[in-house]
Amino acid sequence: MDRSDVIILGGGLVGLAFAAALDSAGLRSIIVDPADPDSRLTGAFDGRTSAVSSSSKRMFDAVGISEHFPEPGCPIRVIRVADGLEPGGLAFDPQDDDEPLGWMHENRHLRMALLARARAGEKIDLRFGRRPVKTVRDAHRVRVTLDDGSETEAPLLVAAEGRKSPTREAAGIKLASWRYDHAAIVSTLRHEKPHDNIAYEIFYPAGPFALLPMTDDDGGHRSAIVWSVKKKDAPGFLKLSDEDFAAEAQAAMGGFLGQVSMLAPRTSYPLGFHHAARITDDRLALIGDAAHAIHPIAGQGVNLGYRDAAALAQVLVEGARLGMDLGDAQLLERYQRWRSLDTLMVAMATDGLTRIYGIPGKTASKVRRFGMQLIDRVGPIKQRLMDEARGTSGDLPLLLRGLPI
Amino acid sequence: MTNTSSIVDREAAHFGSMAADWWDPKGKSAMLHKLNPVRLQYLRDRIDQHFDCDECQFRPLEGKSALDVGCGAGLLAEPLARLGAKVTGVDAAAEVIAVARGHAEEQGLEIDYRVGGVEDVEGQFDLVTAMEVIEHVAEPTAFVAALEKRLAPGGLLVMSTPNRTAWSKLLTITLAEGMGKIPRGTHDYDQFIPPEELQAMLGTVGLEVEDVTGIAMGPMKGLHLSDDMRLNYLVSARRA
Ligand SMILES: Cc1cc2nc3c(=O)[nH]c(=O)nc-3n(C[C@H](O)[C@H](O)[C@H](O)COP(=O)(O)OP(=O)(O)OC[C@H]3O[C@@H](n4cnc5c(N)ncnc54)[C@H](O)[C@@H]3O)c2cc1C
Repeated sequence: MDRSDVIILGGGLVGLAFAAALDSAGLRSIIVDPADPDSRLTGAFDGRTSAVSSSSKRMFDAVGISEHFPEPGCPIRVIRVADGLEPGGLAFDPQDDDEPLGWMHENRHLRMALLARARAGEKIDLRFGRRPVKTVRDAHRVRVTLDDGSETEAPLLVAAEGRKSPTREAAGIKLASWRYDHAAIVSTLRHEKPHDNIAYEIFYPAGPFALLPMTDDDGGHRSAIVWSVKKKDAPGFLKLSDEDFAAEAQAAMGGFLGQVSMLAPRTSYPLGFHHAARITDDRLALIGDAAHAIHPIAGQGVNLGYRDAAALAQVLVEGARLGMDLGDAQLLERYQRWRSLDTLMVAMATDGLTRIYGIPGKTASKVRRFGMQLIDRVGPIKQRLMDEARGTSGDLPLLLRGLPI
Repeated sequence: MTNTSSIVDREAAHFGSMAADWWDPKGKSAMLHKLNPVRLQYLRDRIDQHFDCDECQFRPLEGKSALDVGCGAGLLAEPLARLGAKVTGVDAAAEVIAVARGHAEEQGLEIDYRVGGVEDVEGQFDLVTAMEVIEHVAEPTAFVAALEKRLAPGGLLVMSTPNRTAWSKLLTITLAEGMGKIPRGTHDYDQFIPPEELQAMLGTVGLEVEDVTGIAMGPMKGLHLSDDMRLNYLVSARRA
């Protein structure tokens, strides 16, 4: 029997970050994941790029993940939001000396850094390539039997299994979900003019076109795109030749970055939104996409997951310092209370944004533009939106303020 | 059961009847479960101050002994054991001690549980706790004198109890017991002790109060540590 403080099912982006946070404070974890992590470090497995909010970045610094990045990532200094190519967009532009709004990292680099950090973690026991075959949560402990016959035990089980979390389903936790009639086309562009560290969110009736700055490589300037299109149009977009797709993208961008060409194969993801009714059960906590997934429009998806990880790690470490059973209902209740409001607010805001921009027509466009100009002029609202992008709003867990737990 | 001055038989019987679901966070002891992290937070803070411990350490009581008087089914004794202490727990209700023993064993914790009162314990302890007990004993002064005898040189005593105010009567007896949040008959208002009285009582047995902190109830925060002592309060003391 292998004992630990926490058993984590799922060694994805969020599960690994959570283990690093526990390790940094001296709590032990066993991570179980059937996947082979090394096969995921290529662009072919995951060609996406993720926006890491500055609060998530602070946690990465505080728990020793940042030092494993193969490259520092591309800072986002300004976020521009526009209604199609109409003038009068909204710019989130903090002062120059301010912390960036976020950082763009290639997912494979995120995975590399998280994996390297986990492997270096003295208190992290990695069981990749292993599948949980039996999980029993009783009054005193959680026992997970793996497919190689090994037995693991801990006071708490954390499910970081992604959207389809089987543990969440087995616990009978209900999911509220919306399926959009949209799909996201994801790829990487080469462009002629520099992006100046600006992220663009250009809204079209069919969905937003997001352009996210990446670090220049030997060939020149690069940006990642996440382009939401009608689901029925997605196969068409995927079938286009690189040249034709680049031409479409260039048109959607109004040509402001000059000539555009494709750097990576295109992939498409159906867009959805889900939110678990509860994020805890007896001796169980959900983190990351297992708990909630939002439209990637605001680049907040995985950041919400990192906030779960930071909050739960803090709750557990503080509980351990009080001598509490880490599966104690009071600790789980604190985590649930701390996270649920924040998650739902971000999810609703993001969903609201998608819906507003999904309405075609001149009037809707005017309303949107008027709204943007209004927000632009009203300082506090803008500050609030900017804080939301940075991930600094609300009652922040210590790690997200860059403080150790 | 040993004949002792501090135990009121009626009280022991009342708590004994709660034994079965003592560890159920949604059961009859729900309030106690909610109160537990709050008083543990206080206890940890006092331990760090008193014994000069690193607040980040997981086992600050390593090598120390602790006595929990009125330990119930071990809500406090178990955390003390996890913090590294060699723990002895006493309670007057035999049914409750049986539950405590079974629970500790399942948790893999070694705790010396005994049926009885503080008078039945021998030896001295670095930490002595008596949470929500003094309001249930027959002779409070004799009780604190007995606690003092069990305190090792340089030791720390921590107690908690409801205040004798209209507010605590309203919340603890009228509302909490009335609405079934705490089992009816748990408290007798006339036995509640205000902080000044407890402080004076501790003084007469040669103990000096280090700190007094309130436990307040708020709509957003729930139960929390506070300067407001009207509801319930915690006291820590050492030998003068
Ligand atoms: C098109 C698109 C674009 C996105 N863009 C962004 C963006 O710009 N910024 C952003 O922040 N987020 C973005 N996201 C969201 C982000 O990718 C997710 O939020 C993130 O991957 C969630 O991480 P996770 O660790 O919770 O889950 P996952 O990354 O899904 O990891 C789950 C892990 O659990 C394992 N697993 C599954 N079942 C079990 C089991 N039973 N036992 C053990 N292990 C199991 C899997 O093998 C996997 O390793 C985007 C998502 C999409 C679809």
